[in-house]
Amino acid sequence: MSRLTDKNLVIAKEIIARYPRQKSALIPLLHLAQEQSGYISREAMVHLGELVGVTSAEVYGTATFYEMFRFEPIGKYLVNICGTMSCALMGAHELMHHAEKRLGVKAGGTTQDGMFTLAHAECQAACTEAPCLQVNYRYRLRVSTADLDNLIDDLEAGKLSEEIPAHGVLAKVRQHIAPDRGVGAVSPELVDQAPAWLNGKAAL
Amino acid sequence: MSTTYSHAPGFVAGDRPKIVTSRFEFADSFTLERYLATNGYKGLRAALSRPANEIHDDVKSATVLGRGGAGFPAGTKWGLTPQQVWPKYLVVNGDESEPGTYKDRLLMERDPHQLIEGCLIACYAAGLSQCFLYIRGEMALAQERVAAALNEAYAAGYVGKNILGSNFSVDIILHWGAGAYVVGEETALIESLEGNRGMPRLKPPFFPAVNGLYGQPTIVNNVETLANLPWLLCNGVAAYTAVGTKTSPGTRMVAVSGHVKRPGVFEIINGTTTFRDLIFGEEFCGGIRDDKQLKAFVPGGGSAPWFTADQLDLPFEASQVGPAGSMLGSGAVIVMDETTDIPAAALTLTHFYAHESCGKCTPCREGGTWLERILRRIVDGDGTDADLQQLLEVGAMICPGDFPHAANAQLGLTAVPFPYKMTTICFVGPSAFAPVHSALTLFRSEFESRVTKRVTIPVTAVSTAKTVTSVGAH
Repeated sequence: MSRLTDKNLVIAKEIIARYPRQKSALIPLLHLAQEQSGYISREAMVHLGELVGVTSAEVYGTATFYEMFRFEPIGKYLVNICGTMSCALMGAHELMHHAEKRLGVKAGGTTQDGMFTLAHAECQAACTEAPCLQVNYRYRLRVSTADLDNLIDDLEAGKLSEEIPAHGVLAKVRQHIAPDRGVGAVSPELVDQAPAWLNGKAAL
Repeated sequence: MSTTYSHAPGFVAGDRPKIVTSRFEFADSFTLERYLATNGYKGLRAALSRPANEIHDDVKSATVLGRGGAGFPAGTKWGLTPQQVWPKYLVVNGDESEPGTYKDRLLMERDPHQLIEGCLIACYAAGLSQCFLYIRGEMALAQERVAAALNEAYAAGYVGKNILGSNFSVDIILHWGAGAYVVGEETALIESLEGNRGMPRLKPPFFPAVNGLYGQPTIVNNVETLANLPWLLCNGVAAYTAVGTKTSPGTRMVAVSGHVKRPGVFEIINGTTTFRDLIFGEEFCGGIRDDKQLKAFVPGGGSAPWFTADQLDLPFEASQVGPAGSMLGSGAVIVMDETTDIPAAALTLTHFYAHESCGKCTPCREGGTWLERILRRIVDGDGTDADLQQLLEVGAMICPGDFPHAANAQLGLTAVPFPYKMTTICFVGPSAFAPVHSALTLFRSEFESRVTKRVTIPVTAVSTAKTVTSVGAH
């Protein structure tokens, strides 16, 4: 059930074909699996291993290194509150305390209705707009405790479902290279010459 | 007074030369239509009309410095690849995650075509056969904008096979990370791009320029570095070096965060703009919030040793900031006012680096965690006098010898110049120690008063121990 769907398998094969070595596609494929189920299951990792030609243990090894990958279901909305210096100087810890009270879970926990997972995050690259948070990797900047309450209200009421997809969906736009436009990936062993354009200027 | 745009939150435009942020004023700056209407892809056309080696020479003579942290000149880096080994690759480092820093995210969200054009120029000039654009996993909008821009650019013939009808052909592959600070280190980035755990490779002897992606020569360049190239090719070397100083030409993007009146990201003139300009200047941050006193600031991202008011007049010039005991790093200034709880502030950074250690080198994996734990118990009021010495001893395991720090007239300190010695492969380990060392060197009394505050059974009704402070741990 958690192997890639036929639709996602097509996407997966297109991604794999872009790389000179198949294993390079692993992280994008793990994102695809997480998009499909909200987390990455054992079956998905077995499937990805088959697709790129490595063992499922190797897939697991790579996947567990990266913070964004989850191996069990979490809330529909992952609320990551930044706690690194710039945000901490501007009240991030107070914001986290407020969020813990409001949601009734400690950082790392998921609400009983499965709507929210609250988490500490490290620097999210919005340091001048502190304190900041991300809901499923969509920013909210200069967040006050009142802003946080409103955000939770809106998410509960389904008002933001257009802007913020369920956990697992990252970018909603995918790269697509039309077959007649792409150069195509070539294994490095098969190349032993300098690119054509280096012999003089590019013939325009 | 500077202008801000609702469509580019954080960015503050000023009346200064704009090399990489020239299109930020347009709400549709990320579209191909706007890009083409504002000199878009003209730099690429200019490049393709000349031999590749001339373009490489231009980048060398313009001294386009790397904007990722180390400040190594891009043209020189390209020249380090072996002459007769093919193929060579370009890996774009868009894994921006240094505390305090964000500029690459804005450049990817607001002007993705500029980055794509920069990648193409680099591939053309250095003979790189394929480009991998690695964007930090947490940046969903940047991924969407770059994906949309690449799709437009492919369809319009700017990327892919026979670009603009020439014999120059290169693919740009968008790749997402998945949350790991250490992957910003270039060999870890390559490991991650190969589908592995993002752990740095031992170097020397082999740097990526010689042995990188798939064991081939690989250039790893930062997003902002590449974003400079279209303007350089359009306007020429003389126009580029006319901005900034000889050793630090052009502009650079700097984020100033923390306790200032108007925090923001600015494109500043390299080499001449001082920290005083940035923190107190009316066209920049306008001073400390509520007109309080400046206590300390981090000059170059969370990894950099701290400065105080004594260093305010230093310019954004590596040759002056290095000897003064710190680094410019990735262009991030974090400002602390007089109310800041220094041990607690240092803890937020040490926690970050301890958390982000990949675990490959023992001094970082163990040392970073030790530093965090000791610091946390000091902040919590559970520390002992011996802990202060312990912090320095653990730090010396990661960075033996004198650790860089700033001069301080009041404390009678003279500067220890950058860089440090290190027992780890990459800078994550030393970065865990830098805030501890700076805080302890410049503000030792705050630690000393803290360690005497042991938690005791309260004799009055209300215990004062472990209250939440504005940057307290919990």
